[in-house]
Amino acid sequence: MINRIDQLFREREREILSIYITAGYPGLHDTPRLLKALEEHGADMVEIGIPFSDPLADGPVIQQSSLLALRNGMTLDLLFNQLNEIRESVSIPLVMMGYLNPVLQMGMERFLSRCRDTGIDGVIIPDLPPDEYETRYLDLFRSYGIYNSLLVTPHTDNQRIFRIAALSEGFLYLVAAASTTGARSSVEKHQKEYFQRLKELKLPVPGLIGFGISNRETFLTACQYARGAIIGSAFIRALGEENSLTLEKRVERFIGEIRGGTPA
Amino acid sequence: MGYKVDAEGFYGEYGGAYIPEMLYPNIRELENNYMKIVSSDSFQNKFRLLLRDYAGRPTPLFRAERLSAHYGTQIFLKREDLNHTGAHKINNTIGQILVATHLKKKRIIAETGAGQHGVATATVCALTGMECIVYMGALDVERQAPNVKKMKMLGAEVVPVHSGNKTLKDATNEAIRDWISHPVDTHYIIGSVVGPHPYPDMVTRFQSVISEEIRIQLMEKTGRDYPDYLVACVGGGSNAAGAYYHYLEDRRVRLISAEAAGLGVDSGYTAATSLLGRPGIIHGSRTLLMQDDDGQIEEPYSISAGLDYPGVGPLHAWLAESGRATVYAITDEEALQAAMLCTRKEGIIPALETAHALAALEKIKPGIKDVVVLNLSGRGDKDMETYIDKLEI
Repeated sequence: MINRIDQLFREREREILSIYITAGYPGLHDTPRLLKALEEHGADMVEIGIPFSDPLADGPVIQQSSLLALRNGMTLDLLFNQLNEIRESVSIPLVMMGYLNPVLQMGMERFLSRCRDTGIDGVIIPDLPPDEYETRYLDLFRSYGIYNSLLVTPHTDNQRIFRIAALSEGFLYLVAAASTTGARSSVEKHQKEYFQRLKELKLPVPGLIGFGISNRETFLTACQYARGAIIGSAFIRALGEENSLTLEKRVERFIGEIRGGTPA
Repeated sequence: MGYKVDAEGFYGEYGGAYIPEMLYPNIRELENNYMKIVSSDSFQNKFRLLLRDYAGRPTPLFRAERLSAHYGTQIFLKREDLNHTGAHKINNTIGQILVATHLKKKRIIAETGAGQHGVATATVCALTGMECIVYMGALDVERQAPNVKKMKMLGAEVVPVHSGNKTLKDATNEAIRDWISHPVDTHYIIGSVVGPHPYPDMVTRFQSVISEEIRIQLMEKTGRDYPDYLVACVGGGSNAAGAYYHYLEDRRVRLISAEAAGLGVDSGYTAATSLLGRPGIIHGSRTLLMQDDDGQIEEPYSISAGLDYPGVGPLHAWLAESGRATVYAITDEEALQAAMLCTRKEGIIPALETAHALAALEKIKPGIKDVVVLNLSGRGDKDMETYIDKLEI
């Protein structure tokens, strides 16, 4: 069976929208419901964040959602249980994103095996270094058919970008700025130069731009340079806003704004 | 198998650099350069001069007669408490500020728990005219007001950290996040032998001046250059790493590490990482780590703010696991009593961290002819409030 991430990149040329959610946020059992709503309202892919007590690469918004998710009682084991039947109702690619320690406590092989059994297509583990991935885990990932997307940043040199791209399957995560995660209102000139450099490298794997993509304007700018973009903090914030909207309505409104239709 | 770091940055199976790609250039720059810088004559000259004329080294090795009589053995105290700023921490910050200067960094960041490392960092930044930002858990900012004032007087900006449990672990997270956002102009002065490679090795090397001096001083005082027991407290483990360094491969020397048991190893309020921890990743390093079944890092507890770290330096994880070091877990109460004993027998008020090492003397039962060197890592000024409160002085 073809990996759903490959399928997506084959079928959709541009403006691929990937949304990050924190599992167990805002409510412990909201994740399956959110995934359905995200597919229904036009997200092309979802990154399901595994909450961690010490999210080094995350800014305040995702730190807070992770903390609340943990307080709600979310664990990696519970997350897999919640997603047990997700493929009966959701068909877009699903990617697990999380820090290495919770994954190692479950055991990498067991984690990958549960990903496969649940219908997860790929993973992103920001603090798993490329060397370690290649020497210890690459074969395991391949044998379970789970894709690993690695990260490059504005300070990654070209040689290393090629190496990381060669190790990545499905897509390469293009970190937009030297920063932790978090919404920014605009894309600066030096970021565009970096995106242009990446574009000209003609990497063997498609890229998605993430970190600081927050609204229609930054999304469209990112899409000029890559096949699409990832939105995390801005969406998490929309989920946490104090208003009376249902989760489904929040999803519809948020994606509607990004896609440029008028919100329903 | 040896106990020095290997080419990949590991001690046995512990160590490494488990960092997000955003930190790769920072760590790579340091890894590529630190050995070259540290082994150069010009660095060594500056480093040695500052250790001597600024920090006040060599620190004395003091024969503690009354404590020796009490325990029926020969005890020597390595007086790191007599360093400028009151602890061994300054050895590391002097080394790192010179590395930062060499790498042409303009901005220094640091984490601090009790504030000792923060003060030692702010001190060398004042000395070199470097911008200094210290991340400190909001709870610790409240608890350690005098050190916060010291850092401010020294010109540092103290940033209270409100994430997580608002203590050392969270301050370290926030310092790392700052570094992610300032990859070019900033050097991160980590305060212990923790974090991603090459930090554990670099900090160990700067602290290794302690065991270098012990060798010379012991030879002068006893006619041989090694002790039978070498005792130190371990939080992250920088004073112990420095005290052990030149004896790591010398099996005649028994290494004794004192960890904080808090209210007791099984009480749920403890920082006995080597005893309770399982392998995991914290702050870029694979080490023994206090964590739950889901891999979430647990908040440690100790009466001593310098020992309540949920991990331990990867060197110490390896020393504990391989059996090279014997680890004792010392409760708050045992530490307090040991502090009092040292004070009344020797006229030295030790830091609460050091008091844990002193309490380990009760456990090891050395013989009358044994030579015991105890690293007296810091002075007790910062802990007076706790002592007065808990010892009902």
